[in-house]
Amino acid sequence: MEGGRSARICEGDCAVLKRDEVFKAVSVLRRRKIIFEKQWFYLDNAIGHIYGTTFEVTSGGNLQPKQEVEETTTETKEAGTDNRNIVDDGKSQKLTHDDIKALKDKGIKGQEIVQQLIENSTTFRDKTEFAQDKYIKKKKKKYEAVITIVKPSTRILSTMYYAREPGKIIHLRYDTLAQMLTLGNIHAGNKMIVMETCAGLVLGAVMERMGGYGSIIQMYPGGGPVRAATSCFGFPKPFFDNLHEFPLSKVQSLLSGTFTTETLPADPEENALLEEESNGLSEEKQTSLQETEEEPATEAPMEISPTEEQDTMDINAEDVDFKGNKEKENKENVREKQIKQWERRKKLKEAAALLREKNADGLIVASKFHPTPLLLSLLDFVAPSRPFVVYCQYKEPLLECYTKLRERGGVINLKLSETWLRNYQVLPDRSHPRLTMSGGGGYLLSGITVVLEKGKSDSSNSEALKMEEPSSKRCKLQDLPC
Amino acid sequence: MSFVEYGDTIKDGDTAIVFLGHESMFPVKVQHGTVTQTKYGVIRHSTDLIGKKYGSKVTCSKGGWVFILHPTPELWTMNLPHRTQILYSTDISIITMMLELKPGSIVCESGTGSGSLSHALIRTVAPTGHLYTVEFHQQRAEKAREEFREHGVEHLVTVTNQDVCKNGFGVSNIADAVFLDIPSPWEAIGHAKSALKAEGGRICSFSPCIEQVQRTCLVMEEYGFTEINTLEILLRVYNVRTISLQIPDLGKAAEDNSGTGFDSSNPSDQGSPCANLQQGTVQFKSGVPLREVVGHTGYLTFATKS
Repeated sequence: MEGGRSARICEGDCAVLKRDEVFKAVSVLRRRKIIFEKQWFYLDNAIGHIYGTTFEVTSGGNLQPKQEVEETTTETKEAGTDNRNIVDDGKSQKLTHDDIKALKDKGIKGQEIVQQLIENSTTFRDKTEFAQDKYIKKKKKKYEAVITIVKPSTRILSTMYYAREPGKIIHLRYDTLAQMLTLGNIHAGNKMIVMETCAGLVLGAVMERMGGYGSIIQMYPGGGPVRAATSCFGFPKPFFDNLHEFPLSKVQSLLSGTFTTETLPADPEENALLEEESNGLSEEKQTSLQETEEEPATEAPMEISPTEEQDTMDINAEDVDFKGNKEKENKENVREKQIKQWERRKKLKEAAALLREKNADGLIVASKFHPTPLLLSLLDFVAPSRPFVVYCQYKEPLLECYTKLRERGGVINLKLSETWLRNYQVLPDRSHPRLTMSGGGGYLLSGITVVLEKGKSDSSNSEALKMEEPSSKRCKLQDLPC
Repeated sequence: MSFVEYGDTIKDGDTAIVFLGHESMFPVKVQHGTVTQTKYGVIRHSTDLIGKKYGSKVTCSKGGWVFILHPTPELWTMNLPHRTQILYSTDISIITMMLELKPGSIVCESGTGSGSLSHALIRTVAPTGHLYTVEFHQQRAEKAREEFREHGVEHLVTVTNQDVCKNGFGVSNIADAVFLDIPSPWEAIGHAKSALKAEGGRICSFSPCIEQVQRTCLVMEEYGFTEINTLEILLRVYNVRTISLQIPDLGKAAEDNSGTGFDSSNPSDQGSPCANLQQGTVQFKSGVPLREVVGHTGYLTFATKS
């Protein structure tokens, strides 16, 4: 996957469309109409090109690689010195809306339209060179629609999500995500625990930095993990071999030793509940509720147990009645469901076993839930001397989390932080920070685990005092370390 | 242990981090028979360290204790011996993500300096990637090689002692990313371009001064780089503290000479500060910013090779 080879756009890929600083993730499928930045087109012609290629949209909605055009440096352009005599009366452009539309309909290229606009602007030659530059850039942006197709990556997807759907990622700004990946020492070979409600973006970022090596256990609320963003990364299938998931609703039972795979979190697809012996026993007995969903059968009994599965399958194979066919279908559906259920249970046990080892190399939390209960429980699965990072959109819950962690003990180097990010416009004689910036990108609480000494409140207190920055003597009692 | 792979127990030859308390730690080379002095007393490597689990508490001879931590590039950055000004994890984080680095990536870096960024890059590209780092100062280049060896990562990095502006990185058309932290990065853009793979390679230049940034952006454009973007990132740390604020005495509503304070009824008014906490003060938790923080490190300019 690495090296000098440049990747080509293939059908079925998840690609990202880019125009200036606007991104959109799409599936590369033939004859599928795409809307992006007020343009309609098909991606068919893009297939086979290298990622990073820039295209123009032709009339007809097809993509065409943009030709490298040499910017003709015109002879000394006529320009003014300042705007004292330029009056903005909205009448300086002689081309009307209809005129421009006519040009577009004729199929005139964007470049040519911009040229026309310049020639038909009465004030253009009075503008300063900088203002002319700005004018041209603005018109180009509007009329010269070029689209670049780029390969998804954490950089691109996290920027895209933050700009387009920040609510889906609880306003986790991309630089904050970058800090998490580094503070968490995410690298190949780790055994990571990830708990996120960011549509799978954080999971994808962790997977990218692990390169398919190591393992990840994703904790999830409700019925199952959301991995919409994860699929955008386009990871090869083997990456998912060591990706496990475990329901939050089973965490308490796992920690207290009462974990059983008896009741799985409600799966909307499953409507046959099967009971099972608690973990530890390999034999699985199943009682089915098939009667509720099937026609009463006059043939072979519907009860199925693993030892009899083979028999019932054989019976089904011999049955050739029309009615029998229908029942065969139903039985197969039921069996499919049972197999799925059995597989789910197996995976759950595997994930539980991995967690029970309590030797994870790190913990990443970025969720809409209050961080304290998550940290206090999930940290138990992490080995000592390993980093953990928690993201929260708000600062206050992390203040509480910090306090509770101090009480718990077993953590050092706690740090509550946020990053301040500013983008710049860099042009000769026109360099300055951009005019708008993000007001906040969320907060992080990070730390390192250490061997937890249970039941020694004295030691954890003295530990807590030692971990704090020494406050001035005067305020010592009032400014209590939390 | 190595900087690219976690280990569970401390071994002879490891580099471990001794943690003494709030922001007080230092690296130590674990060696049989050696002894390390700390303000809490002596740590004997053979008995106190070797064979112990990372993350353990170690009691020193004077009775105080410390924690022994597994090294990470982040801990190394905070504790390494400075030969030059270094990059800290805040900048390193955004550089890593914006250069799209991951296992298997080939990265070029100049100058190596004190190896702060180098260790982080090596960790990210391991086990199948490689770092080509160029340092024009002979001793620094040698010291870096030595450290990479000690930290078990020499197979992932090549240190070259030359001037990147004159002689480039020593490789062509294979790098996924190039990083420049040198006084005149515009002089190395051409070499960076030839080190980068044919399409889609990323470049980053770090400069403290805006004038350097302007020159670099111009040259990047001349060489056909696209997506040129300059940003800066700063870390804001908060100290978590319980704060008590006094309630001011606004006197009584009615004309009354009996009370001096609003809590005159309470005899323990003049007592210890603890008593004050119960009356007349309000407590709350706050994330208090530090008095003085880093206001600037450098501008980061990223671009893509087209």
